[in-house]
Amino acid sequence: MKLKYRLVRSPAPAWFSALIPLLAIVVTFAITSIFIIIAGANPFEAYYYFLIAPLTSKIGILEVLVKSTPLLLTGAAVTIAFASGYWNIGAEGQLYAGAVAAAYLGTALVGVPQPAAVIIMLLGGFVAGMLWGLVPAILKVKLSVDEVVTTLLMNYVALFFVSALLNGPWRDPVSNWPQSPTILANTMMPKLFPPARLHFGFIVGILAVVAIWFILSRTGLGMRMRSVGMGQEAARFMGVKIGRTMFITALISAGIAGLAGVTEVAGIHFHLIDAISPGYGYTGIIAATLGNLNPFGAGAASLFLGLISTGAQSVSRALGVPTFLADVVQATLLLVTLAMFLLRNYTLRRVE
Amino acid sequence: MDAVQMLGITKQFGPLVANNKVDFELRKGEVHALLGENGAGKTTLMRILYGLYKADSGEIRVNGKTVQIHSPKDAIAYGIGMVSQHFTLVSPLTVAENIVLGFNPGLRLDPKQVNKNVDDAAKKFAIDIKSTSLVRHLSVGEKQRVEILKALYRNINVLIMDEPTAVLVPQEVDALFETLNRLRESGLSVIFISHKLFEVMTISDRITVLRDGKCIGTVDKKNTDERLLAKMMVGRETFGVQRDSEACSGKPLLKIQNINARDKKGLLALKDISLEVCEGEVLGLAGVSGNGQAELASVLSGILKPESGRVFLNDQDITHLDPQSISKAGIGRIPEDRHAGVVGEMTVAENLTLERLDEFLKNGMLDRKKIKTHAEAMIKEYQIKATPDIQTRKLSGGNMQKVILARALYTQPRMIIAAQPTRGLDIGATEYVRNKLIEQRDRGAAVLLISEDLEEIRSLSDRIAVIYEGRIVGILPCNEATEETLGLMMSGAKEVANEA
Amino acid sequence: MEILFFIQNLLAATLRVATPLMFGTMGELFAERSGVLNLGIEGTMFLGAFVGFTVASFTGSLWLGVLAALLAGALAGLLMGFFSVRLGVNQHVSGLGITLLLTSLSLFFFRVIFGENQLPPKIEPFPQMTFLQGVPFIGEILSQYALTYIAILLVPLVWWILYRTNFGLKIRAVGENPEAADAAGVNVYRTRYIALAIGGGLMAVGGAFLTLAQLGSFTFGIIAGRGWVCIALIIFANWQPQKVLWGALLFGGIFALQLRLQTTGLKLPYEAFLALPYIVTIIALAFAGRKATGPAAVLKPYRRE
Repeated sequence: MKLKYRLVRSPAPAWFSALIPLLAIVVTFAITSIFIIIAGANPFEAYYYFLIAPLTSKIGILEVLVKSTPLLLTGAAVTIAFASGYWNIGAEGQLYAGAVAAAYLGTALVGVPQPAAVIIMLLGGFVAGMLWGLVPAILKVKLSVDEVVTTLLMNYVALFFVSALLNGPWRDPVSNWPQSPTILANTMMPKLFPPARLHFGFIVGILAVVAIWFILSRTGLGMRMRSVGMGQEAARFMGVKIGRTMFITALISAGIAGLAGVTEVAGIHFHLIDAISPGYGYTGIIAATLGNLNPFGAGAASLFLGLISTGAQSVSRALGVPTFLADVVQATLLLVTLAMFLLRNYTLRRVE
Repeated sequence: MDAVQMLGITKQFGPLVANNKVDFELRKGEVHALLGENGAGKTTLMRILYGLYKADSGEIRVNGKTVQIHSPKDAIAYGIGMVSQHFTLVSPLTVAENIVLGFNPGLRLDPKQVNKNVDDAAKKFAIDIKSTSLVRHLSVGEKQRVEILKALYRNINVLIMDEPTAVLVPQEVDALFETLNRLRESGLSVIFISHKLFEVMTISDRITVLRDGKCIGTVDKKNTDERLLAKMMVGRETFGVQRDSEACSGKPLLKIQNINARDKKGLLALKDISLEVCEGEVLGLAGVSGNGQAELASVLSGILKPESGRVFLNDQDITHLDPQSISKAGIGRIPEDRHAGVVGEMTVAENLTLERLDEFLKNGMLDRKKIKTHAEAMIKEYQIKATPDIQTRKLSGGNMQKVILARALYTQPRMIIAAQPTRGLDIGATEYVRNKLIEQRDRGAAVLLISEDLEEIRSLSDRIAVIYEGRIVGILPCNEATEETLGLMMSGAKEVANEA
Repeated sequence: MEILFFIQNLLAATLRVATPLMFGTMGELFAERSGVLNLGIEGTMFLGAFVGFTVASFTGSLWLGVLAALLAGALAGLLMGFFSVRLGVNQHVSGLGITLLLTSLSLFFFRVIFGENQLPPKIEPFPQMTFLQGVPFIGEILSQYALTYIAILLVPLVWWILYRTNFGLKIRAVGENPEAADAAGVNVYRTRYIALAIGGGLMAVGGAFLTLAQLGSFTFGIIAGRGWVCIALIIFANWQPQKVLWGALLFGGIFALQLRLQTTGLKLPYEAFLALPYIVTIIALAFAGRKATGPAAVLKPYRRE
């Protein structure tokens, strides 16, 4: 007797849903293997360097956490925005705004004791990020202008602004490179396990993830945010002030993205440069999506993406594969996961 | 030979069996009614015939030959056309463009040629419609005529009409029946889906009754009457809602004065509306969909800001209040579209909490215990078949409506606004909702019932107001509101001086 | 005389700058009119720039490069179709994902093929057509690349496709009310797939224009957000092909203008000028975005049941 299975539209069993992210990773690696082979390398070797090598040494693991730090923040920022239906694609520009604030405050806080100085830096970056996200938020709430395009365009304006600063008034007078003066020692993020690079920013990232989890699931504001994201018309009917809720979300999201700029300036580079972010704002979107808009999921995804980023450099050094491979893997992972999440709505049923 | 035969059709949606081994046959040149309550499976069966759904099992024969219908295109190729309840017209396009969509051979679309073809067809089938009109400017009756012409243009000989009179006033219904009779005489076979006994007895030759997905039987009109059909439809004696008292006794609670409001397109949807609803009464607002009811409900809910005029609850001016304040002022609202009244992806508990969220917060944080207790209490009191943590979108229509009822009524509001409260619900849920509304009235609340179902209005209301093109054209006490009078008022043909 | 020369120069540059915007916006128009917001446009233009350049480099034929870009773009459009039409996932995220993927793939393969050179490889770009040189004043303005003429011709062509062919009627119906179109027997999925493929092809050609005509080389910043500007331009054009031309010319004009303003000695960092077009776009969106209503079915995947 031949057994036939059919895909029926009914919620998948819980164990399967939990497996989906893992399946997505496997499928992604299968697909990207093709590119690795074209580049002339062995996919298994490549994935060893991607996923395993960084975890084999203490320094490696700490480096993964370093690379994850800005992603924890941008991932959290995007998660809270998307969960409320506000498509903040401008985390990149907001990050730069925070970085600018950090670069400025970093040279201005003379004589302030370190704990206070770091806190001021973080606050400054948060506010700067918020300010950068203000214009698209106002346009959306007051004039119904779609925030996707406006936040995107603000990213480019931010880049130009930073470039203008670095090539102009903030150009380092000593080296003449387009980089801002080094920040004061008391404004730098303390290292967690010296001499390794891992810094306090990582803790900030974890706190941010917990914070948005708390807001979304344990506060009245969070419930309102989620209602706007999941059913705006009904939310309006039930009395939720849509405009105000979205505005608050937009600002919180932008502020958290600004924090990412602070952690990179104050924790890694200690001055502002053009390339302070190789796209962390966009990678944050990947993290949020992989995490299915769940704060802890996004956090876990950020760590995973950090792992891939760290591995990318070893892959490049060892096998001569361009570092862009990491971006390819991350983008593929995003698309594959998006597709595979749909499987949560289907179950295999036996049909005679 | 039968024009169409459906044999042993079964269709399941998850756990719900919509059609259970249904047999159905249509003879050539007859008008065959498909009768049953909401949710009986009539629309599902016809959507299978038209290729929008695929049956799980069963066979379809056209003119004696077994066929496979996988899409509307196939159905049309076999000569089967459908005019559904929700018009499938593209508003920004012209009548001609809508009619030739998907049915114009070749690459090019020549407006002059196409317009002429459509006008010629309209003349041939004696259907009054112009090819160049924009669909968004047409009245409901005209749109339906476009739908019919669209089907006829495709050389069909079987026409399925799904609840065609749901959106028509009694006078327009007569015009539709005239058209159907003419088409039947020219050889067309018609399947007429309805739940209205009177109409079915007027227009059809034979009647097939469905109940809970099963075919109960097929009878000749000559051999049956409305009572027998009702019994087949429901399986037991239907009971109307018990009501003993009459006219408005209490004092006016809700006073609507000279309200003017514009709809989403900027057109004036409410024109100088004045109404009063008294404590302890049900005021029914009758009217064909699209005459301003939705806008009135929106104004009273605080979603739509009126251009001028005032609304008073007792002596409090609530005209420009937002939804939250209106709810707090003591108005319970049941929205027209229950799917837009709950956040589907949120849990039942969350939907029960959101409207009065402040009461469930402690220092801005959710009081989760209180939320759960409240939800459990509501589930028990309103007999909702759900648990607090289940996603609301997974509930049946009836249970979803109960959640909305619970949310609207648990604060014992003084005023209740119910818009289309039983639309699309099965008979059990419909009775429950209606009983609840009467219960509230007996408790002393003022109830404004907005409904397109004339039967519902007449069985529940103490007084009936009629809205037509944004104006109140009359208010009558229930015993003076005959179906004929109401029908005339609803189509704008008659106005009655406002009586208190 | 100086002023005349300035204006002539400016108008000529405007047409050049507007060309990729025309292609990109028309491409996005097909997508959005059929009901899909294609945020993969930035990545598709990038892909077009890369593929066009690479194929032209190896075959020595610029037109083959354009053709290759067209095909690559069509495939990119189909990929978007797979996610938005077949799977019906969130269009914002899938579009961005495709942009990220196509951009990183292009960069990856550029490195693999051309290696890590300090100087970017160059090719001989398209020449500008000179047959109108003789005409006074306008002759100079209208001496453009062949692709620019094609871009302008897109306006009547796309209008004709949308309003005078059955396929265009299907696209419009599917973008406004897919249920109605489905009931009329139109294959909603196939119509959207084809619209996305055509759109993707156009977008990619817009990207190829930059490498094959304007620059003659491929740099990482070649697209620089033009794809997003196209998304904004569609709103200005109210989703109508006739109006796309004006939006593209306006933005092109501002971009061309700012380049020339840089040399006038205004005491502003040159980045301020570079940012100007983007800022103007945001401001213009503030005015146009309010009443803008696109095709009713955009962002909603269609499912029959």
